[in-house]
Amino acid sequence: MKKIIKIATGDVTPKRRDVLEMQGIPSDKKPSKKVVTLFNGAVEFFREQARPAGIMIGISKPEFENIYYGEALNEKETPLDIIFRKADHLALFALTVGEEVSRKITELFKTHEFALASMLDATASLGVEKAADSIEKLFFNLLTQKGESTPATTIVRYSPGYCGWHISGQKKLFTFLHPEDIGITLLDSYLMKPLKSVSGVLVAGNKKIHMFKDSYPFCTQCTTRSCHTRIKQFAQTRTSNRDD
Amino acid sequence: MDVLTEISLYLQRGNEEKVSAFTRQAIEKKCAPKDILNNGLIHGMNIIGEKYKIHEIFLPDVLLAAKAMYAGMDILKPLFIKGKIPTMGKVVIGSVQGDLHDIGKNLVGIMLRGAGFEIIDLGNNVAPEKFVETARQENATVIGMSALLTTTMPVMKKVVDLLKEKSLNNSIRTIVGGASVSEEFAREIDADAYGYDSIKAVECIKKLVHQR
Repeated sequence: MKKIIKIATGDVTPKRRDVLEMQGIPSDKKPSKKVVTLFNGAVEFFREQARPAGIMIGISKPEFENIYYGEALNEKETPLDIIFRKADHLALFALTVGEEVSRKITELFKTHEFALASMLDATASLGVEKAADSIEKLFFNLLTQKGESTPATTIVRYSPGYCGWHISGQKKLFTFLHPEDIGITLLDSYLMKPLKSVSGVLVAGNKKIHMFKDSYPFCTQCTTRSCHTRIKQFAQTRTSNRDD
Repeated sequence: MDVLTEISLYLQRGNEEKVSAFTRQAIEKKCAPKDILNNGLIHGMNIIGEKYKIHEIFLPDVLLAAKAMYAGMDILKPLFIKGKIPTMGKVVIGSVQGDLHDIGKNLVGIMLRGAGFEIIDLGNNVAPEKFVETARQENATVIGMSALLTTTMPVMKKVVDLLKEKSLNNSIRTIVGGASVSEEFAREIDADAYGYDSIKAVECIKKLVHQR
């Protein structure tokens, strides 16, 4: 069943510490008054301009296998290829914070408000990630309502363009999900418009299925390494559970 | 403290009002516009670049300083012949065709301007022909290309190949950058340089211009 999700801007406004960290300011550094003013200005713009919205649809493993296969351009071996087969439930999703934020960023750059533009860009990027976190939670709640989750159920999102899933996977994902319903379109380069958007698959299953060694050939070129943090968290949870 | 030092210091603090005021004062004191530019504004930006490189300051500080520099340059501009600020060279920049991300490219442009280059920013989604034609027409020294997506990286090779095809590769050098790009890729496509970040890009472009 397809679900269009309204997301409150306040729920996806990122924390100051995270935005400043994205701007390269270490969390142990006390930000200057100027930087705090910039952050407050960026958040104000974000709250005014952002129009967060999401879309989600449950999908079977065979259906997802076809979408994942995409244009046959994936890496030969990928973690997702193994993970989704062990999943209990899958859902495709897409979300955006809207075009207005991107327009505002461009406008600020043009008027030489570089620092504010850059701060707003970081705020919006993190806002999209927070919106994706909220969709993961929503999916979990939906499964729980239907009695289809367990205490070990963990939901992790994977997106085309990462972890060996070729970005051309967007094509079939869009055909199935129709993110156009919330204003997201796909360009020939598989880039989403508005820019501040994210799409992918939500994989629900035991947290163990999401743990993999980041030693695939493509891992060396990865700049995000977000899996690293994620896996570490699972490993820590597992250890603490064992200790309990 | 002399007025040019004041300009440099206030620029480093990102105080555009003071930079504007001292730039006007320097003009009134009959300082040569070129001195104000080089020993005031660019001097300040160079220090900012160095401090950023060693993580003494951070991106917002750099961008506030850049805004202050632009304010000073706006005042100086009419004083140069035909309103053209003397530059270290002309650089054509843009995000390649199919790519709409331009934050990284914008940062490189800001840092290059701060280092005294003239920038022709073609924006995003720029076709290979547009890069080459603009660089040729404008007599630019360097083309800087940015790509965030792996799917748009081949456009960079097209630009490099097009320059070779038109025998312009010796007069117009190329630098590539962006999240998906690596030094290895730059070598593969025969680009002249790879800019890991905006600071590195400025360093590389300075070298490319010097080599020419």
